[in-house]
Amino acid sequence: MENYRISKLRLLEAESIHILREVVATFERPVMLYSVGKDSSVMVRLAQKAFFPGKIPFPLLHVDTGMKFKEMYEFRDCYIQQIGADLRVYIYREALENGANPWDLGTVKCCAFLKTQALLNALKEGRYDAAFGGARRDEEKSRAKERIFSFRDEHGQWDPKNQRPELWGLYNTLVNKGESIRVFPLSNWTELDVWEYIHLERIPVVPMYFAKERDMVVREGRLIPLDGPVPLKENEKPQKILCRFRTLGCYPCTGAVTSSAATVPEIIREIMTVKNSERITRLIDHDQDSSMEQKKKEGYF
Amino acid sequence: MGQKNDAEKLILTRSEDAELLRLATAGSVDDGKSTLIGRLLYEANGLYEDQLASVRQDSGRFKREELDLSLVMDGLKAEREQGITIDVAYRYFSTPKRNFIIADTPGHEQYTRNMATGASTADLAIILIDARHGLLPQSKRHAFIASLLGIRHMVVAVNKMDLVHYSEEIFRKIEKDFTNFSEKLRISDLLYIPISALKGDNVVRRSPNMPWYEGPALLSHLENVHVTSDRNLIDLRLPVQYVLRPNMDFRGYCGRLAGGVIRKGDEILILPSQQRSRVKSLVTYEKEVPYAFTPQSITVTLEDNVDITRGDMLVHPGNLPQIRREIEAILVWMDQKPLQAGRIYWIKHTSQLLKGSVTQLHFKINPEDLGRQKTKDFKLNEIGRVTIQLFRSIFCDEYTKNRETGSFIMIDPVTHATVAAGTLIERGRLPAATKEKKHKTISLHRQEGSIAPKDRERILKQKPATLWLTGLSGSGKSSIAFALEKRLMAEGHLCYVLDGDNVRHGLNKDLGFSPQDRSENIRRVAEVANLFNDAGILVMTAFISPYREDREQAKQIIGEDRFLEIFVDAPVEVCKKRDPKRLYEKAEAGLIPEFTGVNAPYEVPLTSAVHLKTDQEDLNACLQKILDLLRSRGFLKGKD
Repeated sequence: MENYRISKLRLLEAESIHILREVVATFERPVMLYSVGKDSSVMVRLAQKAFFPGKIPFPLLHVDTGMKFKEMYEFRDCYIQQIGADLRVYIYREALENGANPWDLGTVKCCAFLKTQALLNALKEGRYDAAFGGARRDEEKSRAKERIFSFRDEHGQWDPKNQRPELWGLYNTLVNKGESIRVFPLSNWTELDVWEYIHLERIPVVPMYFAKERDMVVREGRLIPLDGPVPLKENEKPQKILCRFRTLGCYPCTGAVTSSAATVPEIIREIMTVKNSERITRLIDHDQDSSMEQKKKEGYF
Repeated sequence: MGQKNDAEKLILTRSEDAELLRLATAGSVDDGKSTLIGRLLYEANGLYEDQLASVRQDSGRFKREELDLSLVMDGLKAEREQGITIDVAYRYFSTPKRNFIIADTPGHEQYTRNMATGASTADLAIILIDARHGLLPQSKRHAFIASLLGIRHMVVAVNKMDLVHYSEEIFRKIEKDFTNFSEKLRISDLLYIPISALKGDNVVRRSPNMPWYEGPALLSHLENVHVTSDRNLIDLRLPVQYVLRPNMDFRGYCGRLAGGVIRKGDEILILPSQQRSRVKSLVTYEKEVPYAFTPQSITVTLEDNVDITRGDMLVHPGNLPQIRREIEAILVWMDQKPLQAGRIYWIKHTSQLLKGSVTQLHFKINPEDLGRQKTKDFKLNEIGRVTIQLFRSIFCDEYTKNRETGSFIMIDPVTHATVAAGTLIERGRLPAATKEKKHKTISLHRQEGSIAPKDRERILKQKPATLWLTGLSGSGKSSIAFALEKRLMAEGHLCYVLDGDNVRHGLNKDLGFSPQDRSENIRRVAEVANLFNDAGILVMTAFISPYREDREQAKQIIGEDRFLEIFVDAPVEVCKKRDPKRLYEKAEAGLIPEFTGVNAPYEVPLTSAVHLKTDQEDLNACLQKILDLLRSRGFLKGKD
């Protein structure tokens, strides 16, 4: 007997695939921002599904700060080769050579150079008119207000007070030359949905999401990994801590959470009972009030 | 190890089973909407500690007195500073039963467009009313927009009941006022709930402060409301979104099904070319599938090499949409610049982008009294009826039949702003604001005979009614119905039992047990009962009829004054023990999908005429209760 029930995950999947296809059908030079994290993994799988049996018909773009974790680079190179995608990596060399780093500049300026400006440079260089991002509305309160098709002016800026109304599944894809659209196919997914989908679809993710004993330093109540050359402060001692990463970013600014969840089902169980949102481990979100909104206005995802 | 596998299985089942309900909330400036959503999220653990902490910080900064849950909702800096909501925000929470997406839409008049945006994808709308102020024009506006955008389920949440001493009188007054207004709208499922979002009354749990209220708490209603049958699974509509040609051997047509079911081997008609072909395969990443249904996104290959491009539509040859170059629509104007008749705009409809212009502005509608007014233009947030001339044909349905093929947006050709949302209506048909008789179509007229119901009543010495017995399988519906039939016949009353199993052997043998088929089953039974009643005969029906909405529909068909809902109630454990047809046994073994009480829900009646507890009362007691009801309401008249 035929069954016409559709589960939440399959509904979200159908919506995301519709969005991915709409962009490819209406824009000339789309690109997918690939950040190596779990949301990117899910977004890439959705792109594989949307265009199967063809290949993903647009390049992936990694805006690399040069300060990601080793395990992220290893995973990226291996995974991209395995799925046969076209990956472009952009590093803002000029800024790095001028000494951009969070210790000297502070996190706000460091992000402004290595992430926001780097992203804008990369998009301009590639003359991309639409860029997919893996941001979800449940992550952060200004993202909750953003459209799935988010219009950006010629400088990549977001104007939250002047957004196009978005009705039904009818996306307004019209832009003038120089303007662009940021598209968020995972807008309606939650962190739990992402993990349930990873579980259901057996999607590979960076091993750092799974708990194991790692060399860490405890700083202002946060767990900072000693993955790169993190300068230790006085009285700070490295310790072995059983922990995992809920989100992945740059090693100086990404904290871990103590956890023993070493498999996807264990992570799912942990998230169902957890008390803090995932972005609490991202130092950069807490720099200043409305810091995400500010970054988005300036051109960040 | 075993435990671990169980946990994994549980999680997988949850991921595969959980359903999604989308809702929109609307209220006037201070109705406490953000507080309500904050409360729902807070109580359902949809809020995290760090988000709460930043609210505590903000509450302090903006000098508010107590922890203000509404600050969680207001995402933009300007909103938190001014204490108002500017834009639609989307929020997510889940309970073990369902996942929810809330579109929180601002209530100020100038942001009507946001209400329309939030409502366009919602299954259900919550309209908030401040108990202290009663029904204000704003709420009427919100209800009107919600119904205009095709939301079939509406909850009127009368908030701040704590500030009016939980007064039933005040609640009933608002209920009455709203009902008077909403009768002019097309809302099939309307529920009133008295709440206090601030104190939590009737939000997650039934409140002890309002014992006079007998309905469900808001959250349990949201968990149980039945929405699957809102989808159109009848009319196949596949707008081609993208043509996939990865190599010379493969040509696939991608799209999201806007309606109906497509099967391998189906004969297909392609619009606009009118070519025909057959479905060769339905391709997905995992495997080829035998069928696909709305709202899935799929890729179709066809037997023949035909010319198909984005914007075309695949349909079944016997079931065509309307093919139109001139459309009638209701527009919600969303731009600062007013609509100009004759100006050319972009129009996006399904996967088509084409040009068109408004040739006639018939009238604008005042959302507060639904009155019509002649007009020369539409300004921001105005709503009205237009005729649009298109530069190309579109393939469409009425919005009430299909939300996807019945909707469009208009885009300014210069600024590229989205300036209007439109819903299609039939030519010559009145807009949603005017209530219509469901059964009237142009070619069908009801024949009126010359015998009046009174004549039949006189001869039969009874007034016809339908006793609608609803309850779980094994609760005792059939036993009661047949015993009652015997008793009534013995007393000289003409009556008849429509029994679930018997009807499914004949009249409804083409139907299964999916929610859609269950609904259709109930609809047909209601139509038959209606005819029997017209003939003067008393009818007892014995159907599980688990969905409130279906019973409501039956009531509408049969007529409120002669429809008596009888709740045949027994705990599911008792029914399982009885299990006269060994159905529970089979269902629990996984042999019957969607069996009520095992793996499909039963929605308890809220307003039954009689409530029988068959685990506590014997058959005679049950019969007596029903006979008493029939006598007291004058359905059985004394014999000469």
